[in-house]
Amino acid sequence: MSKSGTILYLDGVSVAFDGFRAINNLSLVLDKGEMRAIIGPNGAGKTTMMDIVTGKTRPDEGEVFFDGLVDLTKHDEAEIAMMGIGRKFQKPTVFESLTIEDNLLLALKGSRSIFPALFYSRLADDSRRMDEILGVTRLGDKRNMLAANLSHGQKQWLEIGMLLAQDPKLLLVDEPVAGMTDAETEETARLLKDINETHSVIVVEHDMHFVRELGVKVTCLHEGSVLSEGSLDFVSADERVVEVYLGR
Amino acid sequence: MITHMLLRALDKRAIWLVLALAFVAIAVPVCNLVIPEGNFLHLPNYAVPLLGKYLNYAMLALALDLVWGYCGILSLGHAAFFALGAYAMGMYLMRQIGARGVYANPVLPDFMVFLNYKELPWFWYGFDHWWFAFLMVMVVPGLLAFCFGILAFRSRVTGVYLSIITQAMTYALLLAFFRNDLGFGGNNGLTDFKDILGFNVQAASTRAALFAASAMALALAVIICSAIVNSKLGKIMVATRDAESRTRFIGWRPENVKLFAFVVSAVLAGIAGALYVPQVGIINPGEFDPGNSIEAVIWVAVGGRGTIVGPIIGAILVNVGKSYFTGALPELWLFALGALFVAVTLFLPKGIVGLWNQWRGSGGKSEREVSAEAEKGTEVEEPALPAASTGSTEWPKTGSGPEPQPAQ
Repeated sequence: MSKSGTILYLDGVSVAFDGFRAINNLSLVLDKGEMRAIIGPNGAGKTTMMDIVTGKTRPDEGEVFFDGLVDLTKHDEAEIAMMGIGRKFQKPTVFESLTIEDNLLLALKGSRSIFPALFYSRLADDSRRMDEILGVTRLGDKRNMLAANLSHGQKQWLEIGMLLAQDPKLLLVDEPVAGMTDAETEETARLLKDINETHSVIVVEHDMHFVRELGVKVTCLHEGSVLSEGSLDFVSADERVVEVYLGR
Repeated sequence: MITHMLLRALDKRAIWLVLALAFVAIAVPVCNLVIPEGNFLHLPNYAVPLLGKYLNYAMLALALDLVWGYCGILSLGHAAFFALGAYAMGMYLMRQIGARGVYANPVLPDFMVFLNYKELPWFWYGFDHWWFAFLMVMVVPGLLAFCFGILAFRSRVTGVYLSIITQAMTYALLLAFFRNDLGFGGNNGLTDFKDILGFNVQAASTRAALFAASAMALALAVIICSAIVNSKLGKIMVATRDAESRTRFIGWRPENVKLFAFVVSAVLAGIAGALYVPQVGIINPGEFDPGNSIEAVIWVAVGGRGTIVGPIIGAILVNVGKSYFTGALPELWLFALGALFVAVTLFLPKGIVGLWNQWRGSGGKSEREVSAEAEKGTEVEEPALPAASTGSTEWPKTGSGPEPQPAQ
């Protein structure tokens, strides 16, 4: 398969921790501008896959290419983040003793060097971009609040806001609606669809209602490799998927 | 750009602190030199270097707080940087003795004659010039911190392991400096100083000037630290402290952030040490003792880490207590210190400044208050994510505007 035109290309990737194969000969291709939902039972390797893409874990074997050209296995987390891969964690991880606004400020696309940060003074552009994101994530009235005081759902949104601030080419979003109400879930689906207009997105999620809401191609992982791939209806009709989920 | 930074650096507390330091920098020499003996405002000669010492310790505490309170690096070896700066200054002072030593050797310091040195070791070259010595006061601790930091932070050594290595570092230096053949006076260290910049070290006026210099240096350190922690870099430092791995995924390199803070901190500690030596009149390997570094950690904890004022208050209070205790009940001091640390950890996790902030309610400027305030302001509007809204039109956008800057 050709790598050109893909934003993410994984081929034959395996990784083992103490003999346990968390990812086993996984191949996955994401086209530019595509949004993909990844489902799978606990331990299917969803988070490990994200760790590999973002440079946290090195695969034992296999190819991982970003944007058709860049071999991600040769770079570390910060480099990969700067290339344009953003990640939202399963457990919302924001900087709790900073304000909402400062959280966004740190994520905002731009220089990541020490001295520019020391002498940084806010540009009108940055302020405008942050206002925009605060608007989209509905945190505008809380901009000077400490992130620690946000509710779980708001932290999720702040983290998505930080992703937006980074303006990456590819977003990896791990369980964005965990702990959200139905209404918030719908909002999040709408937001992700908006983001997908201009970015490629991978969403890992358990919530089938949410996945249906997204209405995109679904990949089901099981024991570290792809079990089934296609539309949600196709995948959920797949006997093996049913078997894995019902645990037979 | 710089003026902008300065304006941002000087929040209300920092301004008060700098003003207070400027005041004591003038008041203490005046009380000592101008106000005649017998007046109740007169400050006896012995008190001036003692107070100066407290300010040097306060500067060490501030330096430590920059890495511990803001970056989350618990250094248990910070006194090493203090002592290295002190040694660099001590070497300059030794060279100033010249032929007035006991052995009257114009080149070799007394201990070298005593230890049968034939010529000055190469690393003593240059220390007869004050500018070189003053440069080394900053370069040597900074360089050690740089090498140490690059190795430790690149390898992602954190938490208790890092603390243990810093402790090992200062202990290794302690053992090394105890050796006579290292060329730093061994066990006895460097002492018997005569002149600094041509003035008699013992003279009351020199002592007063050194005190003023200590106060000014501390004020400068306050401005520098304040500028750093109030900048965007300061926010990254806090982010690194709270969620180091997360900062990597948005593209920052926490190892560089920590390295920067560590080096700045070491340089500040070195300057504090350099000002300390002429006031106490001796520097020996005992300053590398791991216990000293741990004591500095206690000062910071008592005062309140993660604040600029806290470590200064903590260092001064604990050392005043130490001066009193070691005079009145010497055998109880270590118990008192230990009890203090336990008590602070249990009852005052944010130190004295934290307690003050709590007591002041929402008047201060600490993070906690700002959040409390913000919470008060928004409580009414919960729940936050309106369920039924549709488009992205109606949220308050420019109502409050991006300015003024958020607190801190």
